Amino acid sequence: MDAIILQILNGLDKGSAYALIALGLTLIFGTLGVVNFAHGALFMLGSFCAVTLNRILNLSHEVAVPGETDFLGNPLMREVPYVYEWFGEATGAAIIDWSVPLAILLAIPVMGFIGLAMERGLIKHFYKRPHADQILVTFGLAIVLQEIIKYFYGANPIPTPAPEAFRGSFDFGLLLGFDANTILYPYWRLVYFGFTVFIVAAVFAFLQFTTFGMVVRAGMADRETVGILGINIDRRFTIVFAIAAIVAGLAGVMYTPIISPNYNMGMNFLVLSFVVVVVGGMGSLPGAVLAGFVLGILESFASMPQVLDLLPGLNQIVIYLVAIIILLTRPRGLMGRKGVMEE
Amino acid sequence: MLGLTRKDFQLLLIVIGLTMFAPFLLNPFPETSALAQFNAGYPDLLQRFVIFSIFAIGFNILFGLTGYLSFGHAAFIGIGSYAGVWMMKLLTMNIIPAILVSILVAALVSLIIGYVSLRRSGIYFSILTLAFAQMCYALAYSVLTPITGGETGLQLRLNDPRILGESVTEAGNIPVPHLFGLETRDSLELALGNWVFTFNAGYYIAAVAMILAFYLAIRLFRSPFGIMLRAVKSNQQRMSYTGLNPKPYTLAAFVISGMYAGLAGGLMVAMDPLAGAERMLWTASGEVVLMTILGGAGTLIGPVLGAGVIKYFESIFSTINRTVLEGWFAFLPDGLENVVISMIYPFVGKGWHLTLGIMFMLVVIFLPGGLVEGGQRLGRLFRRRGKRDAAEGDPVKPAE
Repeated sequence: MDAIILQILNGLDKGSAYALIALGLTLIFGTLGVVNFAHGALFMLGSFCAVTLNRILNLSHEVAVPGETDFLGNPLMREVPYVYEWFGEATGAAIIDWSVPLAILLAIPVMGFIGLAMERGLIKHFYKRPHADQILVTFGLAIVLQEIIKYFYGANPIPTPAPEAFRGSFDFGLLLGFDANTILYPYWRLVYFGFTVFIVAAVFAFLQFTTFGMVVRAGMADRETVGILGINIDRRFTIVFAIAAIVAGLAGVMYTPIISPNYNMGMNFLVLSFVVVVVGGMGSLPGAVLAGFVLGILESFASMPQVLDLLPGLNQIVIYLVAIIILLTRPRGLMGRKGVMEE
Repeated sequence: MLGLTRKDFQLLLIVIGLTMFAPFLLNPFPETSALAQFNAGYPDLLQRFVIFSIFAIGFNILFGLTGYLSFGHAAFIGIGSYAGVWMMKLLTMNIIPAILVSILVAALVSLIIGYVSLRRSGIYFSILTLAFAQMCYALAYSVLTPITGGETGLQLRLNDPRILGESVTEAGNIPVPHLFGLETRDSLELALGNWVFTFNAGYYIAAVAMILAFYLAIRLFRSPFGIMLRAVKSNQQRMSYTGLNPKPYTLAAFVISGMYAGLAGGLMVAMDPLAGAERMLWTASGEVVLMTILGGAGTLIGPVLGAGVIKYFESIFSTINRTVLEGWFAFLPDGLENVVISMIYPFVGKGWHLTLGIMFMLVVIFLPGGLVEGGQRLGRLFRRRGKRDAAEGDPVKPAE
């Protein structure tokens, strides 16, 4: 029992990332009808926002330490980050420590801008083109974004730690009445899960309870009619694209402590997220979120030693296997809407 | 001639000419000149040209004709390579059985994958093929290590049985792949003044295979079967209404393109007897899509052009490093030199993928028909200009 709970928990953090990326993909697909292969790159850009902020905060200059000299008699120089000087040592250290959560504030405008620029500059011209062209052009864009990041940040993963307060692990075992240390779960993954739930809830609430969201939902159902009613649906869809980019970016920001960001991390997530979207059902937002979590948990179950003894290598392929089975038995996906991408 | 129309036969002749004289044509710069690094006439690159051309020609039969965008085609090249290496481990170093078995195994696997994937179309088909390819990659990398060699890849060993050949040469080495005694790595060098031309046996074997593959592709494009495949692309529904079932046609196209990929994989092994899982990675699948699109999907010569251009740029761009750039721009004043170099540097050397991505985006945006369409547009432009000149020169002639 404890092993099962542990696997469910382990699946949650990956599942969260899948769910957030898949949510963005589905938003874009449902509104604009575009298959965005650059979405993984947006996730990657988000986590590099965190890296960048961390670097900016760590910018430092040399300051002489009063009253101390090195062995030659010169004043002792020490590297002091600027934030220490501006906010005092204690606050400065705390700001650097919390750079990852703070990066959310940086990522929202940056990713929003990138999203707008991408939609207006590139994707706009591809609405009428076949899906194959959309896949190809966004695939090209993903390569370009990836290479730009590689040029500036190098090819190696850049570790970016979570705040000190979240570094330990939470002992679920004690809480649920099992032995201590059987179900250890890092705090940051809990935070990530909570964050995902919050973002998903926020996106749903936004679509459900605001006028803007209502118009967007109407546009998803019947774009032409909404247009005839005199609403500029294109502009709203552009904003939706930006929101999807922000969601992917935030997913990336918060994921940095779990996996050190690397220029091609987005591609690995993208392939899986597409599978998630397809399993959840193209165009269905709840389906994307549900499938994200389900597949994340399934993946972690498949990597249990007991399962691997029985079926070696299952953890590597379980997601694809599920996708193939789902697509063949329930072509519309778990919760697919009728009439979306059906030939 | 050979069952081709005159125009197609001319195209075939051009391709034959280009491949046969490629070691000359791609070596235009003398060995001693500074431009020698733009030469592409060395065996390794030439082999890649023709092998990837075969891969792209096969992919084009599926994508160009039926419109089904497979994102997992590299799986077949990988599977073909593994099968080829196993033939060399078990049977003989002669490349004929290796290549034949590569094609057969790839055909078998593509039959299975195709049968399942083709039950869906559009983006679902792309995702399904991608999922299958990723599965093959993951399995080859982990569980199937006894068959595939896992991370290190599958290599020949001294203690392989090779029942029809010898497991060890007299000198105590692993034997090399050969075609009835002609070793694929054998080269004939011809020095003419400052030029050195290398004629590699392996290249010519692969080139003959490519010409055969190209000929088959022309026949296929012009056959009733090819027309059926185009019908699948333009309107499947209408095709079914006329009483034709599109499924067998698309499946056949899928298997044929899988066999082409298997042939490419087998040839890779024949040139260099090792196989690794990274050949099946989805970036490799993306690359062949790129080649086909860049050249022009659905055209005959397009995939060959695309494969050539991409492989050429890959090898040339990635060898240009900072020192080479400094050599080129040494004539500029220092400050300007640094500016120019720092502007070009991100696009070459290790950053060549950036150039590739930009090139790819530009082609998809502005030239959806690829290089072939670009050529046609240029041709039309010149012809129109020519016509206008003629019309001005002869005003008496009535307008049509």
